[in-house]
Amino acid sequence: MELHTLTIHHLHQLLKNRQVTSREVTTAMLNRIEFSDPRINAFITVAADQALAAAAAADQRIASGDCQPLTGIPLALKDIFLTEGLRTTCASRMLADFIAPYDATAWARLKSQGAVLLGKLNQDEFAMGSSCENSAFGPTRNPWDIERTPGGSSGGSAAAIAAQQATATLGTDTGGSIRQPASHCGCVGLKPTYGRVSRYGVIAYASSLDQVGPVTRDVTDAALLLQVIAGHDPKDSTSVAMPVPDYVASLKNDVKGMKIGLPKEYFIAGLDPDVQRAMDDAIAHLKAQGAEFVEVSLPHTTYAVACYYLIATAEASSNLARYEGVRFGHRATGSQGLIEMMMQTRAEGFGAEVKRRIMLGTYALSSGYYDAYYLKAQKVRTLIQRDFTEAFKSVDILLTPVAPTPAFKIGEKAADPLQMYLSDIFTIPVNLAGICGISLPAQPSSNGLPIGLQLIGRPFGEETILRAAYSFEQTTDWHRTKAAL
Amino acid sequence: MNYQPVIGLEVHVQLNTQSKIFCGCSTRFGAEPNRNTCPVCLGLPGALPVLNRQVVESALMAGLATNCAIAHRSIFARKNYFYPDLPKGYQISQFEQPICEKGWLEIQVEGQPPKRIGITRIHMEEDAGKLVHGLGNGSGVDLNRAGTPLLEVVSEPDFRSADEAVAYLKQLHQIVTYLGICDGNMEEGSFRCDANVSVMPVGSATLGTRAEIKNVNSFKFVKAAIEYEISRQIDLLSDGGTVVQETRLFDPNTGTTRSMRGKEEAHDYRYFPDPDLVPLVISADWVERAEKELPELPTVKRQRFITQFGLPEYDAEVLTASRPLAEYFEETAAFAHNPKAAANWVMGEMTRTLNDSGRSIDDCPVPPRRLADLLHLIDKGAISNNIAKKVFELMWQSGKEPAAIVEEQGMAQVSDSGAIEAAIDQILAANQGQAEEYRSGKEKMFGFFVGQVMKAMKGKANPAMVNELLLTKLKG
Repeated sequence: MELHTLTIHHLHQLLKNRQVTSREVTTAMLNRIEFSDPRINAFITVAADQALAAAAAADQRIASGDCQPLTGIPLALKDIFLTEGLRTTCASRMLADFIAPYDATAWARLKSQGAVLLGKLNQDEFAMGSSCENSAFGPTRNPWDIERTPGGSSGGSAAAIAAQQATATLGTDTGGSIRQPASHCGCVGLKPTYGRVSRYGVIAYASSLDQVGPVTRDVTDAALLLQVIAGHDPKDSTSVAMPVPDYVASLKNDVKGMKIGLPKEYFIAGLDPDVQRAMDDAIAHLKAQGAEFVEVSLPHTTYAVACYYLIATAEASSNLARYEGVRFGHRATGSQGLIEMMMQTRAEGFGAEVKRRIMLGTYALSSGYYDAYYLKAQKVRTLIQRDFTEAFKSVDILLTPVAPTPAFKIGEKAADPLQMYLSDIFTIPVNLAGICGISLPAQPSSNGLPIGLQLIGRPFGEETILRAAYSFEQTTDWHRTKAAL
Repeated sequence: MNYQPVIGLEVHVQLNTQSKIFCGCSTRFGAEPNRNTCPVCLGLPGALPVLNRQVVESALMAGLATNCAIAHRSIFARKNYFYPDLPKGYQISQFEQPICEKGWLEIQVEGQPPKRIGITRIHMEEDAGKLVHGLGNGSGVDLNRAGTPLLEVVSEPDFRSADEAVAYLKQLHQIVTYLGICDGNMEEGSFRCDANVSVMPVGSATLGTRAEIKNVNSFKFVKAAIEYEISRQIDLLSDGGTVVQETRLFDPNTGTTRSMRGKEEAHDYRYFPDPDLVPLVISADWVERAEKELPELPTVKRQRFITQFGLPEYDAEVLTASRPLAEYFEETAAFAHNPKAAANWVMGEMTRTLNDSGRSIDDCPVPPRRLADLLHLIDKGAISNNIAKKVFELMWQSGKEPAAIVEEQGMAQVSDSGAIEAAIDQILAANQGQAEEYRSGKEKMFGFFVGQVMKAMKGKANPAMVNELLLTKLKG
């Protein structure tokens, strides 16, 4: 049995029945990382010793009869989650040696169940990017084709699943950063509703859009992880005090009578033919199971990318002001005086894309431009939210592609930021509206690259998209296909 | 040409909550540098603010006490600028939609009719930390103060003189200390003020260019700074110059203001709503509850002291200067049944002794009940007013009951006519010459005899009886 290929729920059964130990599983994962990561570069930090110690502790816990769903399961986190005592870099030179004094809430909840942390995963610096190329620690490669990017920004979180280096991972999604890499790497990626999961201890990119979510091998694992990380956190004022439903119980193979909307603005002429084919195939599968499809319209879709790049960068320009070398992180040496030290620190510590977005956002908030850019973008955001509210009056969920194309090649879009920004065109509106979306493997491209299918739900409608995703997964084998490494 | 000054004030009121505005850290003053900090007030990556409810309660009280409208929905905004004492690179404040708007206070400058001063807004914000210089090779950053809650109270440019500005500041200071939301300590910066000063030709409808004077930390300095700035601007304009919009710093040593930074160096703060905090919604219920819990405010209390206790306006003003003083008086008056005597004692002997000992009314060793007991002894004729002062001194030192002191020290007043007559006879016999002088019309000698008798009786004789008996004997 290849332990590194198993799901959370499968491993849980084995651990619970004492058929394997967490130490065995963790060792298998660490071996797999050692074997594959020189080619993939999914990890920024591998915490082998701590992981083995945590696995031993989990085994003791299991031996005492306490085996929670995540006890002893080896996980890895995007390097945007603060982990006490283990460095958190956010893939930036700015934080290359930063060791946080506290744990992010999402990780703390998993840790309290006895989950094992294998290490920290690569990403675009400060979550700014769609390809994992903007990392101070080098690009992550797509396990399905190492000439291609895994997507981004949670590229490491998806690549580690595809390369079978971790049983499950957490990522963050600000404009598609979980769903797009999940799509490119053939895994399941869930972006919960804004406010469902605490952002405390997650390094902020764009606070009104950032949301934590799981990247997993199948839908059941996504539900299992969400179950643990969801819920109100008194330390995050924007986390919502709504009861957390039983997500695992919502996983029924039943879409009979479910009304699924197809937003016409997402099925445009010129959509990659492989993506179109994957969507047609998925629609056929769900229809066969009894779902009903109707066309809906989200008329303001076309403004979403522009709106996103104003709001996200405005918030980022402020969120990243704290990195100036005074209290933590990188500090430039040899500068004369305070202002020069701050400027030099930021010049050295941030990469090009981060600087580009800070400048964009600073501009959008500046006196004389605020109304025309930031305020206008907020108004457009309201219109985009209304589009979804309208659509959800007649349908239960929406079905769309995740990305316009399968994974692109490393370097292909790196020189053209605008092309890169457009790769998030189908995922960004979900963040702007604050609703939930899931990406899951659909029919691959003609040359064997994974293609993701996106299901979008109402605010706090995770159960419904999980149920539809689970039903789809039951009729397909795409999620079982493995990248050859 | 004659010029008319126009002044507006921005007051920062440091709230005395136990914990900071967005985290649970202590606000205690004087701790070791960076001791009272956590990921939130250090601005560490990933940390998020959570609003302290007590701060909202304080802002609500301040708004209600200054006749403001309370916003049903208010929002927090980020004020972005770089400074090493500002951990996040932005200050969380309120910009559009503050918690309180459109209030007013009525001020009274001596010799002038009462005047209403508009309050534009009151908003909540966090304080920054501070830099510590002189640490050898560089400066230190102490973030204990970072995140301390502040209210910023912004007035309309309604003042036309420094005296008006000071009258307003004193009243606002009195209100926030009455409400118990600020310790009022101006030296430590708990109540500090920036003044916007401009001048314009009398009768003009256009305001002049203003200068902002920063952080003036006493009433005296506010008056001096504003008056200096007015005359500086008038001199400048009279000489054909122009006032530039700038920030100026007051120097208490020279009594002058000097330029700190000009308009071109003014920050673009790039305010925008803080996405980490949800809009603050205050229900009508909450406002109503706060209204009920509002303590009696100084102006109302002053009026009540006049009508309820029959005190002169001056007494009422002095006794309501601070809430603990007013409460001390009221408790004394309640036990003493003689409000005017209680007022005299609190304003006189009590205040003098407090000042001499450098104590505040809060830790006065003589509780109101004891002072009232002392007043009873005077009323009963058990001791004279003069003896009472000595008793008071001993009460202060020993903490004993006045009656016990009078007993122990044998200070009780003598009202036995036989004893007084005996003393008078002795004095008259020993001073026959002076008695003759009196009888021949030198009436002021009477005082001499009163003094001699009181001295002989160690001050304990009932003064009224001494007067009466002495008069009879001298005339007789």
